[in-house]
Amino acid sequence: MINLLRNKVIIVPAVLLLLALISPFVPSFILLLIIQVLIFGILALSVDLLLGYTGLPSLGQAAYLGMGAYLAAILVDRFEFGLSCDFPLVLVLGILIGAATAAFFGLFAIRATGVYFLIITLALGMVVWGVANRWNSMTGGDNGINVLSRPACGVDLSNDVVFFYVVFVVYSAALGGMYVLVNSPFGKSLMGIRESETRMQMLGYNTWFHKYLAFIIAGGYGGLSGVLWTHLNGIVTPEDVILTTSVDALLMVVLGGPGTLVGGAIGAMVVVGIREYLSTWVEWWQYVLGGVYVLTIYFLPEGLMGLPKLIKKRRPARKSEPPAEASSVET
Amino acid sequence: MKRFQSKITGLVVCLAVAFAFTLVSRTAKAEELRIGFLTPLTGFFAQIGKDMRNGFQMYLDEQGGILAGAKIKLIVEDNLGKAGVSVRKANKLIRQDNVHMFIGGLLASTGYALAPVSTRNKVIYIAPISAADDLTQRQKKKYPYFIRTGWTSSQPSHPFGKWACEQGYKRIATIGADYAFGHETIGGFQKSFEDCGGKIVQKIWPKIGTIDFGPFIPLIKRDVDAVFTLMVGGMSLAFPKQYKAAGKTAPLLGGGTSADEFILPSMGDEAIGYVTSLQYSASLNTPKNIAFVKKYRKLYGKVPSYYSESNYTTAQWIHEVMKKTGGKWPGRTRFIEIFSKIRMDAVRGPVYLDQDLNPVQNIYLRKVARLKQFGYPKAELWNTVIKTYTNVSQYGDIGRAKFLKQPVYSRNFPPCKYCD
Repeated sequence: MINLLRNKVIIVPAVLLLLALISPFVPSFILLLIIQVLIFGILALSVDLLLGYTGLPSLGQAAYLGMGAYLAAILVDRFEFGLSCDFPLVLVLGILIGAATAAFFGLFAIRATGVYFLIITLALGMVVWGVANRWNSMTGGDNGINVLSRPACGVDLSNDVVFFYVVFVVYSAALGGMYVLVNSPFGKSLMGIRESETRMQMLGYNTWFHKYLAFIIAGGYGGLSGVLWTHLNGIVTPEDVILTTSVDALLMVVLGGPGTLVGGAIGAMVVVGIREYLSTWVEWWQYVLGGVYVLTIYFLPEGLMGLPKLIKKRRPARKSEPPAEASSVET
Repeated sequence: MKRFQSKITGLVVCLAVAFAFTLVSRTAKAEELRIGFLTPLTGFFAQIGKDMRNGFQMYLDEQGGILAGAKIKLIVEDNLGKAGVSVRKANKLIRQDNVHMFIGGLLASTGYALAPVSTRNKVIYIAPISAADDLTQRQKKKYPYFIRTGWTSSQPSHPFGKWACEQGYKRIATIGADYAFGHETIGGFQKSFEDCGGKIVQKIWPKIGTIDFGPFIPLIKRDVDAVFTLMVGGMSLAFPKQYKAAGKTAPLLGGGTSADEFILPSMGDEAIGYVTSLQYSASLNTPKNIAFVKKYRKLYGKVPSYYSESNYTTAQWIHEVMKKTGGKWPGRTRFIEIFSKIRMDAVRGPVYLDQDLNPVQNIYLRKVARLKQFGYPKAELWNTVIKTYTNVSQYGDIGRAKFLKQPVYSRNFPPCKYCD
């Protein structure tokens, strides 16, 4: 059992390492998509912490992505800040503004659960969209804000390969941080809340505060992804903050498997693959995307990450197979 | 041994064929001009997007897909009319398809989003429709690879303001969609109208996509001589109906999209008398335009709008450049140089680029009328041309230097001095 567990954990760094090795050699458009997957992977981590570990389905995570994205763009646009070695500082500021926004929104949202939580986070997300859309003098309104070049500090991030490695490092750190978090006592208490909030309250936990903290951390992750998002596209518009992005993030997690951390990135891979790649081939890509969602929810309640388990369950007769192989697919 | 030999021969033949193949494909590649085309094909703006593509495609088809010896590979991508999607699709066109240039974009916001992509990747971007003023004005320096073959939002408004003055209108109210395109169109009109003594006494800004003008029409002052509108999409259809139904009688003036050929077939008699200004009208009485309208209508079943004409002209413009280079791709800087020197005899009339790469062209004042023309049996609504202003640049009569000193037209500029 311990051996199996170790295998599971080790496969993630192995896959990441492989990704880091092959990425410089993939076609440049594919590389751009990989970066996009990683950025959405970070946003998905924030959704996963809430949905997968705390049991709070947030439909407003795009708001925090938006805060980080607009912060990065406004800093560059107004103060020419964040285009040189001060870029890491912008990443930190992005985390802070996402967390601060979540700390404010959390006051309204955390009191609710289930569908009500979903609706409140949705509404709060739309508030951010509304501000982005209407506050012309600051956000450029409908036109958004252009960021003409990426930061350069010794190395030039305008080079997609360099930018990939930056995003890759940030994603890996974010994933590692989240892994430590969910395995800490705090993470366990969140899972306890997910399973039975009343029981946790009976045990003396201040569940409101635990959820509030989780919400703030998730906001920070959202803000972080936003800063990278701005520099990937070179533009931020209200379109990025709109409900679709929130829904996408939620569905990525559901698709990949909630409560698995890396599941979000896998879900992001599928969604980005269909939305950005398949759409350049066929016009009916939206049906494919819809079909994938429906099929996942019908047949894979645990998402794509639950697939190996499902296969194992379907074939109970083949016990003689070495278990290591099966577990290497599963994470 | 014999088997071995035949194997060797087989291998050699294979290699030779493969080599020949690469040679052929390489020579073919040298003469191939790859053009990316970004337009909404699904969603709210799908119909307009198709008009845009049809215009471009029609010219290519007329030339058999070859412009002066260069084989054209047109790669169309659906941008859903959204800025973010446009950027990502443009990145795909540049990186995956290795395009020489990309064309398209509908809304001003897509123009603002795509121009930086061209700068970043050093790829030419041609905008036949996207009309955001500043791209070829105050921000032009940022976008060296950006060419416009369409218009700036305020370009047709400048002569229009003067015309309104000459008609004896003294007080005009404006009502227009609340976004950059609306602000710029109305701003240009206000500037030239007030410069010659008129007064804009009221400005109403319904949000873009408004269909119910019930809350706005009663606000329009009773004592105005005319109402200047700027509507887009479904708004264009709804406004005149509700305006007439409310018993308003002040004549309607408007920006080009308030009554363009895209929306005219769906309009009724309430549109008759609507005066708008644009660089194109389908009822232009020139042999070139009549042939264009007839052919387009036969192919696609509708009268062409400026969306189609502008893209048709863009394809023709590229053809002229390729003629000068003998079908060879001249490199982006040289391409822009040749492009900017060509004086086009386009469907819409004579067109050439100014120093900021925006067209200098005729602006037509068009009045909606129901009549039979070009041999079509039914009396239909047409934008009849009532006045032509020749060689209108984006700076109007103001002059480039002075124009660039004033801020971009917005909700607050020019200020509404006579509003109360």
